[in-house]
Amino acid sequence: MSDSEALVDVDKLCVEFSIGRKLFGPPTVVRAVDSVSLRIQSGQFFGLVGESGSGKTTFGRAILKAVPISSGTVRYSDEEVAYDLKSISKVQLKDYRKRAQLIFQDPYAALSPRMTVRDIIAEPLEVMKLTKTREETDARVREMAARCRLNLEHLRRFPHAFSGGQRQRISIARALVCQPRFLVADESVAALDVSIQADILNMLKKLQQELGLTFLFISHDLSVVAHICDMVAVMYLGSLVEIAPTRALFHSPKHPYTKALLSAIPSLDPDDRGDVQRLRGEIPSPTNPPSGCRFHTRCPSATALCSERVPIPEQVQEGHTVSCHHWQKLAE
Amino acid sequence: MNDTKVVASGTQVADEQSRKEAYFTAGQFQLIWARFKKNRAAMFAAMVLATMVLMGWFAPFLSPYDPTIAGRDKDYQNGAPQWPMFSDHNGSSWRPFLHTLERTRSIKTNFRWVSEVNKEKRRYVGFFVKGWRYHLIRLDLDLPGQMLDVRVRLLEMETHLFGIDSGGIHIFGTDAAGKDIYSRTLQAVWTSLAVGTIGVFISFVLALVIGGISGYFGGWLDSSIQMITDAIRTVPAIPLFMALAAFVPDEWSAETRFLFISIILGLIGWPTLARRVRTHLLTERAQEYVLAAQLCGASSAHVIRRHLLPSFTSYIIVDLVISFPYMVLSETALSFIGLGLKDPVNSLGVMLQNVTKADVLLNYQWYFIPVIFFMALVLSFVFVGDGLRDAADPYSDRNK
Amino acid sequence: MSDALLDVRDLDIRFATDEGLITAVESTSFSLSSGEVLGLVGESGSGKSVTAKALMQLNANNTRYGERSVIELHLGSGSVQVLKLKRPRDLRVVRGGAVSMIFQEPMASFAPAITIGDQMVEQLLVHTNQSKAGAKELSIEMLARVGISDADKRFNQYAFELSGGMRQRAMIAMALSTRPQLLIADEPTTALDVTIQAQVLDLMKDLIVEFGMAILFITHDLGVIAQTADRVAVMYLGRIVETGTVRDVLRNPLHPYTQGLLRALPRLDALDEPLTPVPGDIPSPLERPAGCVFHTRCTLAIAGRCDQVMPVATLHSTGHSVACHVASDALGVAS
Repeated sequence: MSDSEALVDVDKLCVEFSIGRKLFGPPTVVRAVDSVSLRIQSGQFFGLVGESGSGKTTFGRAILKAVPISSGTVRYSDEEVAYDLKSISKVQLKDYRKRAQLIFQDPYAALSPRMTVRDIIAEPLEVMKLTKTREETDARVREMAARCRLNLEHLRRFPHAFSGGQRQRISIARALVCQPRFLVADESVAALDVSIQADILNMLKKLQQELGLTFLFISHDLSVVAHICDMVAVMYLGSLVEIAPTRALFHSPKHPYTKALLSAIPSLDPDDRGDVQRLRGEIPSPTNPPSGCRFHTRCPSATALCSERVPIPEQVQEGHTVSCHHWQKLAE
Repeated sequence: MNDTKVVASGTQVADEQSRKEAYFTAGQFQLIWARFKKNRAAMFAAMVLATMVLMGWFAPFLSPYDPTIAGRDKDYQNGAPQWPMFSDHNGSSWRPFLHTLERTRSIKTNFRWVSEVNKEKRRYVGFFVKGWRYHLIRLDLDLPGQMLDVRVRLLEMETHLFGIDSGGIHIFGTDAAGKDIYSRTLQAVWTSLAVGTIGVFISFVLALVIGGISGYFGGWLDSSIQMITDAIRTVPAIPLFMALAAFVPDEWSAETRFLFISIILGLIGWPTLARRVRTHLLTERAQEYVLAAQLCGASSAHVIRRHLLPSFTSYIIVDLVISFPYMVLSETALSFIGLGLKDPVNSLGVMLQNVTKADVLLNYQWYFIPVIFFMALVLSFVFVGDGLRDAADPYSDRNK
Repeated sequence: MSDALLDVRDLDIRFATDEGLITAVESTSFSLSSGEVLGLVGESGSGKSVTAKALMQLNANNTRYGERSVIELHLGSGSVQVLKLKRPRDLRVVRGGAVSMIFQEPMASFAPAITIGDQMVEQLLVHTNQSKAGAKELSIEMLARVGISDADKRFNQYAFELSGGMRQRAMIAMALSTRPQLLIADEPTTALDVTIQAQVLDLMKDLIVEFGMAILFITHDLGVIAQTADRVAVMYLGRIVETGTVRDVLRNPLHPYTQGLLRALPRLDALDEPLTPVPGDIPSPLERPAGCVFHTRCTLAIAGRCDQVMPVATLHSTGHSVACHVASDALGVAS
């Protein structure tokens, strides 16, 4: 239902960083996320795709309040609480941390090498004081480890004993042990081999169904997103260019960037040369974004209007919005 | 090369499994120790170091004579080293012995005292003999003024490892006053270790606090602290030592002086260590597992205790071990030129104060025997430090 | 095989480490003809990078090659036995001369403190008879040819001033400026964004047509291979498990590992297919399985055979060979 409250409601979110300053001028500001609005419904597997500089990782961190929000609102509301992340109090933030967690990309960097697996998974419980006794902690750790297919003897070992796929499972167990409702998976399968990637993706899907989780799945890999997500949002240089349900996005993309992105993925069929829409040029630097529609410098269909005015999101269908001045013309 | 697996016997498989399990469950320090053990030079150096520390600790037990002026042998000044023998022209003995030195007035030298070796009279070396009194656990911290002195004297004993039934036994010879060089060497080793320890400890505490604040908080605090640290580092060490040491009041006792010199060494040494602590912290702070902990709402104290401290403990230990020899050598240099420790506090530098005389260089070469001990001490620290540094990061090559 | 440019036979590569002799590549054989693109596909631990580096003798000092291993380059001027080369002068032929390599991380290929132009000119001066001026002109021409705009300005820039895609193009320009007969591309597009990857792959395909060189394309991405390669060799844990034309292998995979890989891959043209992972984990190099290296993860493994006897590569149809007991049994061919 479109007017049910979304679990995460993002409205015109902007995240800026200042990186250094010229000698006597104002500091150089990078708008990593520029006025992004989207809604994640409870129980959804929401995908966020983009290339480098798209701001997707920053977006994911901002939603978890791991980076400061410069402007716009991020509202989290489930059956129990409702928080406005921009003006959240410290006490509320502590509670929010129990409900929203992050799964990292690099399985080799995300686990402290000097802690046993049991301690790694137990850490959120101990920090957030969710359990009272050691036995209780151990029981919960064991339960979560079993769900992530880790044995009892694995718990005594250190991360160096494990492969990439196993480490990612430990990472997932750690994220889930505090029973969150909302998970941000930031490129969680990017560093894994293909044969293991499918395993982790299936596990995430299973956990979603078993535990009633909502995922924000950030990835640069469109094929992965296509298989696992219900809704997909495409970002380019900090702006959102298109949001649609997965089928709609992949079968009838409306934004030129989405179309180019899809056609750039090399097909497994050697004879399928595809409908080749190559983009010209390089991705611009986020410190100096193009005026108007940020994509106009590389867009094969750009006009003068595109460099002057920023396109606003327009609805194509229920749940499908696109930010492009000419999407209707291009769809014909 | 055939590497298809030979079908292993049951126990072989079990051994293999337990070995692998041991590897999987090995904590950081166990991994470091396992790597360190493989380095033969470092293990040898570690044994030498352990031996020297024990020798220093048990110095009074091992020394037949009191190393201070109280134990000097008036009859054997500037005496050559005396090594016990097991046999001479009169036959062998299972107990080692020395010949007696007799002094007579001789006509040949106008009735002045002359020492002669009497090969007929034997003096037997005894073991676990009673001798001068000492305390096995001893700690003296003398600060200026009377109130803050710390004196710990426990376990008074009289037994010494060896001694002789009459006369003196000086296996490294004696110096100009008749003090036994062997006993003084052992005491000097202990003093150097003590100076080094105090110096390193002070450096370490300062470095940890200052480098820690700098690295953990970053930003302008870090920049300002770094500027101050760099300024201190640019001050040349030896002239600074000399200036500070020259200001020590004469009325301070040798023990107070000893403490003061140690503190100065510590104060000179902290900038280098602080910079290392800061660098470690800056790297570790940016690690993803730290962010993971912070996303659970972990406090700074938790992050420091659980993640940051364990991550650089091994490096800090390496840094400490490697700075030790610098402390020892700096103190030796200072004492050698007379600005460091003074009698009765004894160190290599103090022992070498008198070696520059031509007399000594030509005639009393045994004054240099302690140098061998110090070379061994310094080198063993260096090798152990290097070995630790190589073993120190068991996780660096794990990142694929 | 008559115009085979590169012949690799029985390649065995082992590394002497603290933990013992680790096998990275075992009994690998393949060949490459002029103008052909051979894809070497595998995941981590497959040994593909080590194989590529062996072709230029770029592996570390603790590498031990097998006694029967042969890497033979049939250049216009004669045959070269790469593994027998010892002197730096001889190795120059394979390093940058007849054989060039491009890497995954362009920053690794360019020295950070020297301009790109200087590096390209240096390479040309070493390997060709060009004069300095001629080398400069050729380098700028190559930079323009790979699609770098303002080539003469870029010539004087440093590697860090270029974006990722441009650096990769510059690396391709540098590698091709000496007109090598064999180009080894080690994961050249893995670190690039997918739209940039598409541009670079298009470029490479054009250059193959224009320069006529052979390419050994190493990657883990089967899609890239499908679009770029003529033939593909699938590697697992140091052995080639299947070889064939790209169409044959991708449409009719015979080896369980290849089949598993294809089932685990998310495909845009099959959005409803579930993703089936290959069971288990890649064994660590210290625990090489006996018999068929894949048997520990293979759902079709025959106990008593697959875990004891190493399958040899058998030809199933023209150019399509596979090393698998089960596959060979199914076609009635002895393995």
